[in-house]
Amino acid sequence: MTTSAPEHLGSGGDAGTLAAVSLTGVTKDFGAVHAVRGIDLTIRPGEVVAFLGPNGAGKTTTIDMILGLSAPTTGEVRVLGLEPREAIARGLVSAVMQTGGLLKDLTVRETVEYTASLFADTRPVEEVLANAGITGIADRLVQKCSGGEQQRLRFAMALLSDPALLLLDEPTTGMDVEGRRAFWSSIRTDAERGRTVLFATHYLEEADQYADRIVLVSHGRIVADGTGSEIKALASGRTVRATLAAADTEALAALAGVDGVEVRGDSVLVHTKDSDAVARYLLNETDARDLEITAKGLEEAFINLTGDHAEGGDQ
Amino acid sequence: MSVLDPTARRVPPLGGFNVTVLTIELRRLLRNRRTIIFTLIMPVLLYLIIGSNASYANDREGSGNVSAYILISMAAYGAVLAATSGGAMVANERALGWSRQLRLTPLSPVAYILTKALVSLLLGLASVLAVNVVGVINGKAEMPTHVWIAAGLIAWLGSIVFSAFGLFMGYLLPSENVMQVLGPVLAGLAALGGLWFPIEPGTVLGHISACTPIYGLAYLARWPLYGGAPHLVWVLNLLFWLVVFVGGAAWRMSKDTARV
Repeated sequence: MTTSAPEHLGSGGDAGTLAAVSLTGVTKDFGAVHAVRGIDLTIRPGEVVAFLGPNGAGKTTTIDMILGLSAPTTGEVRVLGLEPREAIARGLVSAVMQTGGLLKDLTVRETVEYTASLFADTRPVEEVLANAGITGIADRLVQKCSGGEQQRLRFAMALLSDPALLLLDEPTTGMDVEGRRAFWSSIRTDAERGRTVLFATHYLEEADQYADRIVLVSHGRIVADGTGSEIKALASGRTVRATLAAADTEALAALAGVDGVEVRGDSVLVHTKDSDAVARYLLNETDARDLEITAKGLEEAFINLTGDHAEGGDQ
Repeated sequence: MSVLDPTARRVPPLGGFNVTVLTIELRRLLRNRRTIIFTLIMPVLLYLIIGSNASYANDREGSGNVSAYILISMAAYGAVLAATSGGAMVANERALGWSRQLRLTPLSPVAYILTKALVSLLLGLASVLAVNVVGVINGKAEMPTHVWIAAGLIAWLGSIVFSAFGLFMGYLLPSENVMQVLGPVLAGLAALGGLWFPIEPGTVLGHISACTPIYGLAYLARWPLYGGAPHLVWVLNLLFWLVVFVGGAAWRMSKDTARV
């Protein structure tokens, strides 16, 4: 494969235990559209991982493959060592989607009972209703429930089978600050018991605050993978721009601290944590002129990592 | 709480098929006023209005009277409506994302379809029983008891063709109110199939009628009233449309599960 190497920043290695999620060389095409272009990812049990990227980055497609809703074009997906559908059949994987997925003409309790009856083992329905704080509305029709109540019902359904892996799609959209804090504290408690949580988001801040690890995806590839502070360190760098014809991009990329090199016409842009070293190199070793150094913000780092110029260049 | 142990997990028997789901599905169906009106009340009213007047009660038809003929036709119509609505529930469920939600549970697609088919057959049975019970109480229809039972059973079991039709349409038309489209379509097919009024065989209309999906069921359901051997074309018609609708439903379903 001709993928540009993602920036591995520490975590992500195999600790010897069975991986909660393991993707190996996964691609997914829809006709001529390459939604996922080669993802390798290992998530250990108990990790809380944010899947961060802009819309259309391939997050949903990847999550669909982990859930066994679609099969990869090439590569292999394993959940706790099993085929995704096998893991689902054992109640090991649950997902909470942002919208839909409920029958309007069932009551809250019927919805939970219905779902519970499909699994070999579940927690008691009453206990799950109580934990989700929806015992009081158990006999209400779903169509009469507010958006927040429906979201609590979705969580109740997802937690019925006591899943080892929980996938969440933009989980706290629409929650207030208090609800968000309570939500993440309960997610944390479960993670300590070994539940793995993978959540998709396009908010850098949410990923940074609540995840142990951030996997940044863009154009169907992982472009960065590390802790929140490691990802933020990317943002602490600067961009060095200079006018230079026929820049030696390989030599620039090899300099210590360089995160990325781009050529735009006669300009070369170097994203680096050590702008002094790049400036020194450009001025001493090359014909570079009009040199500029600018600081990057967090959002800009995100855009740099996920934007078009982060492409490997096979299209 | 205990630490999660993924190796201790089991797969449910029968692909997740169970009585709790069946019960909740039935309760849900009976909660739907439109379903009740169209599948249980309307065929009964049609029988009372069309079939139970004095002249029809006096006219002989086969081993019974014309009221009996119309009673069987309306029972078949009710069974067709009920089976179709039961099958077409998948349209609503797909539109709401419930099918996708179910794909995140151990429920197998086969168990799901089996549940839908059973629910639609049970609703069909309720519809056939409603027409027949009202017919008995009303007292206008006359036919031997064995004809009464055989005709009811054929109308009910033959309606499985329309469970498949409902499923096929449910997968084809992802809408929350697919029966608003299918209701008029079925009324038209019932007319063409000879459920509303007899169609002369051998005429152009008769030939067209014999190709439409309700024709086989209509004639087979009324066959016990006359006895003798059933016409091959009735059986072939029923089997042909069963294969078409089951095939269509399976085709759409496999497309659907490729990416929900």
